[in-house]
Amino acid sequence: MEYLNTLINEIYKILFLVIPILVSVAMIVWLDRRVWGLVQKRRGPNVVGPFGLFQTLADALKYIFKEIIIPASANKTIFILAPIITMTLALVAWAVIPLSETLVLSNINVGILYLFAISSLGVYGIIMGGWASNSKYPFLGAIRSAAQMVSYEVSIGIIIINVLLCVGSLNLNDIVLAQKNLWYVIPLFPMFVVFFISALAETNRPPFDLPEAEAELVAGYQTEYSGMMYAMFWLGEYANILLMCAMGSILFLGGWLPPLDIYPLNVVPAPFWMIFKILFLFFLFAVIKAIVPRYRYDQLMRLGWKVFLPFSLIYVVLTASFLLYFDKLPKGSF
Amino acid sequence: MLAHAIFFYFFSILAIFSALMVITSRSTVNSVFFLILDFISVGCLFIMVGAEFLGMILLIVYVGAVAVLFLFVVMMLNVAQQKQSWFVGQKSTHIPSGLIVSVLILLELLVVVGGWKYKENIMSSSNLVIDTSTTNTHSIGSVMYTDYILYFQLSGVILLLSMVGAIILTYRKRENVKTQSYLKQISRDKASAVMLKDVEFNKGVKIDD
Repeated sequence: MEYLNTLINEIYKILFLVIPILVSVAMIVWLDRRVWGLVQKRRGPNVVGPFGLFQTLADALKYIFKEIIIPASANKTIFILAPIITMTLALVAWAVIPLSETLVLSNINVGILYLFAISSLGVYGIIMGGWASNSKYPFLGAIRSAAQMVSYEVSIGIIIINVLLCVGSLNLNDIVLAQKNLWYVIPLFPMFVVFFISALAETNRPPFDLPEAEAELVAGYQTEYSGMMYAMFWLGEYANILLMCAMGSILFLGGWLPPLDIYPLNVVPAPFWMIFKILFLFFLFAVIKAIVPRYRYDQLMRLGWKVFLPFSLIYVVLTASFLLYFDKLPKGSF
Repeated sequence: MLAHAIFFYFFSILAIFSALMVITSRSTVNSVFFLILDFISVGCLFIMVGAEFLGMILLIVYVGAVAVLFLFVVMMLNVAQQKQSWFVGQKSTHIPSGLIVSVLILLELLVVVGGWKYKENIMSSSNLVIDTSTTNTHSIGSVMYTDYILYFQLSGVILLLSMVGAIILTYRKRENVKTQSYLKQISRDKASAVMLKDVEFNKGVKIDD
């Protein structure tokens, strides 16, 4: 009976996390399109609801009522599984994101590794969807994206090592609290830039949206998807983008900490700072989508392996030697 | 405790089932997908016994990187459905070597399971204290880079060697391939790129000289 109570309590907590995320994903899609429109001197979606806020809900409604078409030659199980996996993985990762010191679903020891593991699983949704469609464009898109996501994960991993060297713990709350005096964006600024660009590549955002480059691949791995299944890919993608923004704000921008621990700033509740930082990073994502042209594929690979990987490796050596020389290595509580 | 048992049996049954499906499944791509499921369930089992670092590393390394490359290769090579089998159709030529390997693995398993009987003796005879206050990430890190640094470095060198070996075996230098030099492209300036020429009427100019 006690076990049942805990179970119900947990489910209640999970619902309270998942529903706001889904709603904010809908809002973020609107924000993305709106920023995109404003940069290009268009209006963007502004008809449905106040300022067009309900545009995404209208779109989602449209997707729900559309017919789902499964190609005759597709591998049905995997074809249906792919969008489900994308969506689930994008939501599951939010379990460890701390919105404040206590407002977190599960505060685990290896939080950052969990985030990294989940984001590295994200490639499966795409590769499964692309292969199961049994058609040329999706397959090429999936192959491209598998190579792209695996390569940029490597540099993200090494950037995380940089931060972990300074923190001395894999716990996300510890990472945030270690930035109480100085956000890591200042000492590790080059790493923040590399992380941001790698996050763009990892989430298949422009200028790295090669897996779905319209001009070459129709819509890449999503070509054969329709209706609700397409919408799930789409929502999962945006939930992943939000997740990357959350990761960036935890690793570099001090998570739920206010910028300065002074009077008007530290009375603002912690979750607001976290949300504000996520929104700020997302705004950068949206602006970059509007102003940067798409990379060519070989340039993308060159950037990942020949520029970012050596650069972040050198930075690991630099950070480690700096910490060792000035005796700043985290002693930690262990 | 009940919940623990339920999750344990769920993940272990899933692990055994997917391991069986890896070797019995007809399509190679399905085999790889079941292999991934197997990795994930074993990772969950690791996390259940409290080895959360190992579990996460298993997920990151095997599921996030190795299995993606497996899938990549299987999909790219378009390996056809496996036609050879034990009893039906053409006999596979790999069966003898497979048998040897599986007998070896069976023997090893017997040693491990047989040794289980003496587990109590070992636990009681060792005078190591099990420290529960440190997380296992910290404890792995504190021995890996001090006591076992040579083995750690050695395994790194072996991995590097295998990578270099694979590149040397597959690398062919192709002739007459147009490559881009970013330095050359960036260092182009107006003087070398644009020329002003007086063109004679009805003669034209020669390009590329």
